[in-house]
Amino acid sequence: MPAENASTPGTGPVAVSAGSPLLRVDDLHTSFHVPAGEVRAVRGVSLTLDRGRTLGIVGESGSGKTVLARSIMRLNIGGNVSTSGNVEFEGRDLLDLPLKAMKNLWGTELAMVFQDPMTSLNPVVRVGRQLTEHVRSNLGASRGEARQTAIDLLREVRIPDAEARLRAFPHELSGGMRQRICIAIALACEPALLFADEPTTALDVTVQHQILNLLGREQRERQMAMILVTHDLGVVAGRTDDTIVMYAGKVVEQAPTRVLFTEMRHPYSEALLRSIPRIGQRSHTRLSAITGRPPDPIDIPPGCPFNPRCPYVQQKCREEPPPLVAVGDGAGGASHLAACWYPVGTDAGRDAFARNLADRLPQTVVVAEGSEFAESAAANAAAEATAANGSSEGGGA
Amino acid sequence: MAGTGKAHLRRPEEVLLRVEDLVVEYPAPGRKVVHAVSGISFDVKAGETLGLVGESGCGKTTTGKAILQLLPVTSGSVVLDGTDLTKLSERKMRRARTDLQMIFQDPISSLNPRRTIGDIVAEPLQVWGPHSEVEQVRMVDEMLEAVGIDPVQARGRRPHEFSGGQCQRISIARSLVLGPRLLICDEPVSALDMSVQAQILNLLGDLKADYNLTLVFIAHDLAVIKNVSDRVAVMYLGKLCEVAGADDLYDHPAHPYTGVLLNANPEPDPDAPLDLESDQAVEMPSPINPPSGCRFRTRCPNAAEKCAAEEPMMRSVGDDHFVACHFPTL
Amino acid sequence: MAGPTELRSLQEDGQASVPTAVGSFRVRVGRSLWNAFREMSWPTKACASWLVLIVTAAIFADWIPGLQDPNYQGFLFGKGKTLDPPSMEHWLGTDNVSRDILARVVHGARTSLIFAGGVLLCGLVVGGLLGSAAGFLRGRFEAVVMFYVDVSLAFPALVFFLFAITMLNTRGLGIMTVAVAILIVAPYTRIARANSLSVSNREFVTAARAIGTSRPRILVREIIPNVYPTLVAYSLIVAAVLVILEATLSFLGIGVPIPRASWGGDINMARRDIAINVWPMIPPILALVATILSVNVVSDWLRSNAASRSSAL
Repeated sequence: MPAENASTPGTGPVAVSAGSPLLRVDDLHTSFHVPAGEVRAVRGVSLTLDRGRTLGIVGESGSGKTVLARSIMRLNIGGNVSTSGNVEFEGRDLLDLPLKAMKNLWGTELAMVFQDPMTSLNPVVRVGRQLTEHVRSNLGASRGEARQTAIDLLREVRIPDAEARLRAFPHELSGGMRQRICIAIALACEPALLFADEPTTALDVTVQHQILNLLGREQRERQMAMILVTHDLGVVAGRTDDTIVMYAGKVVEQAPTRVLFTEMRHPYSEALLRSIPRIGQRSHTRLSAITGRPPDPIDIPPGCPFNPRCPYVQQKCREEPPPLVAVGDGAGGASHLAACWYPVGTDAGRDAFARNLADRLPQTVVVAEGSEFAESAAANAAAEATAANGSSEGGGA
Repeated sequence: MAGTGKAHLRRPEEVLLRVEDLVVEYPAPGRKVVHAVSGISFDVKAGETLGLVGESGCGKTTTGKAILQLLPVTSGSVVLDGTDLTKLSERKMRRARTDLQMIFQDPISSLNPRRTIGDIVAEPLQVWGPHSEVEQVRMVDEMLEAVGIDPVQARGRRPHEFSGGQCQRISIARSLVLGPRLLICDEPVSALDMSVQAQILNLLGDLKADYNLTLVFIAHDLAVIKNVSDRVAVMYLGKLCEVAGADDLYDHPAHPYTGVLLNANPEPDPDAPLDLESDQAVEMPSPINPPSGCRFRTRCPNAAEKCAAEEPMMRSVGDDHFVACHFPTL
Repeated sequence: MAGPTELRSLQEDGQASVPTAVGSFRVRVGRSLWNAFREMSWPTKACASWLVLIVTAAIFADWIPGLQDPNYQGFLFGKGKTLDPPSMEHWLGTDNVSRDILARVVHGARTSLIFAGGVLLCGLVVGGLLGSAAGFLRGRFEAVVMFYVDVSLAFPALVFFLFAITMLNTRGLGIMTVAVAILIVAPYTRIARANSLSVSNREFVTAARAIGTSRPRILVREIIPNVYPTLVAYSLIVAAVLVILEATLSFLGIGVPIPRASWGGDINMARRDIAINVWPMIPPILALVATILSVNVVSDWLRSNAASRSSAL
């Protein structure tokens, strides 16, 4: 592994004890300074990732998920970017390292697969050369060795006819093939951590399925840690160990994936899941849409960033941003965190919802109109009506 | 799969739109021909929503544009309420366009960046009347309100000041301001955030009811298609695979390709059965040289000799459930 | 219960005034030019000021109080000295026939302005329209137009120019402007056509067709407004080139003939008496350099501002 052969001082792994996580991010903030103001893309994110584990980061556009991934890898280059906080990778503080030292890590220890394979490959260079170039410069292999490595990699990512493909240009290949090549390049030097930033968003659903399976298999076989950034909750379900939900630059909920889906605590996560059409629903199911739209990163409302759209919102939410605290009284335990004053599924949450519904708060009413709520609300109303009838008639039927 | 045949068509008097044997081909460099759509037929009843689903390259967007005669139809007929649009002169077709409209995938680029919203939504009225300025403003305002955009705030602004979801609403307002009967939606929510998708889908459902619309909804997302459609048609490489009622198709898929699509669909449920094994590279055949016989046979687990020799025709496998396959899974 | 319309409109918070794409703040058009000016860096301010000054002076040259007649050769009447250094009477001195240099510089600016303005106008209008139509309509029309463009670009411009002035046996600002205007149509057409091709493929044009808009209307309402910004940006570069061109042609003696004031012509005249007094050459040279530099600096500034309008984070 390249790490063992590291000859440049400062890039070899610091003594890492078996129990310490591979990646630890602490209170990371990233802002872009543009003429219109300060764009606070990431506002205090903390996370840890152990070797061999997969972390899913889910969020919509503007949530800061892509900026987060790039900040950890220090790919945000530009005079107007400021990053603060702590990013510890294999014991080293990445934010302190000079970019020269980062260059030794990129591609070898940390690798990224990007969203659009057409633009992440050089369109005028043959695919084989893009692969071998990377292998030769980072592993110091000879031309013959590099070519063989390239062929092996292409076979490993299941590209048929690997030798012939080496001479192809990116535009001669389909989107799925190009993405496999990008994955091959990312895996070439056996990184300890792989970032996949919306790797399948631009691909067809059947190709997406194959690519995600490929990534999963590679991750398992290499015992590689992986961070999967996506906007699609369906992509993380069943493929990640833990999941983080981001909104407006902050983590709003964090849990082992199964726990996240079965015991959602944050109104945004719940609202997002409810608003997605599901194959299991009947046709023409009315969706519980979230009103409004995500906030502009330049102009984030005070308090909880989700408050203008939250069906559970109360006055406190508009004033104080809620801290990310453990909410797992169920299966999640201490690993289930949410940033909400009135989490879903708690008495406080239920009361807040009922109060808003009574006040006819539009976003709450819209959610209540959605089929699932309507059914259970109707059932509750019916039950209450029966109970009321029963008591008013003195128990007579 | 891919087959032709019209077993699934209903009687012409019953339907608003009837597409028969539609073929769209265009030349490719090197004296080749791209067979984008190769002889499909379908119909849509008034007030119905037909979902057209398939992956990229299946010809669904081409079909949508061909219905509107926005690209030349190589052969076939597109009959809207008794009139064959393919036979109309350019002038008559322009007139007919007031009856059928389209909304597009990328909301921001489907609006002219140099014009104001009020101007954009009023454009169909300026082309076709009424020409009274006051009347136009009233109709535009009414339409903008119906799609959830505040007309007073919006009319003087330009598209780049709005979000994707808002631009899509404006686009919908523009297409509905003339009161068309048929609306073709070409991947209208694919470019939007998930939380906004639901808003637009609900909006389309409401508008369909309020304005008596008939929709042809084109998308690649199976769950979205199921949510909006009454009837679903699955396309692959320019041919139709399967046509059935929405719930029926998903509960009992008859075509192997439908099965593949359902299997690959990422379900946001950690307990849903998930195939983690198949990771082979999928080689999509080229539309320039599609496979003989059934076009899906190169990817089909059940492919046999018959599939290469003979193209399957649409046939019934259930109540209002049709499939073009020699060995349907139903 | 809130009606469906109300709920629908509440689904969008209607805050259309909040820019949704970061960085897409509204460009100077909506704000006052003065604010834009104040925000420039000082070199850009200086250049913008010079341009405003020189253009205003050129337009109002005849009415500037105290500005002397650029063609008055005082020494013929014993009233002035030739090749005189700057004095109270002649702020920039006099040239070899005792004409006031300051007046000649100002009128020379007018010559440049008329030439550049006329040529640009022709290019924008004729070239812009031809190119936009060619890119949108395609087919035979496009083929004919582009054939003309190819021929025009291949034709040596200087030969054409000399041919024109010889055949018509005239020299002067008029013929110069017309000849170059004819030549400038080709590059404008090419650029307009390239832009028009890409604009025609954008979805809002398809949407316009789907509405049933006639082709001429699409060309005017959809295509041309989206092609013109590029042409205007191109014009700024061309403007600088044209000013130099006019100066060069006049310097060589085939442009604006004496006695008309022209920076190039004046430099040429002053060149002959450089041994006696080098000064008369300096003001027109400085004016030329300052103007070209200012046009380039200001066009850079405009371009970087327009770019930020359409960019998102």
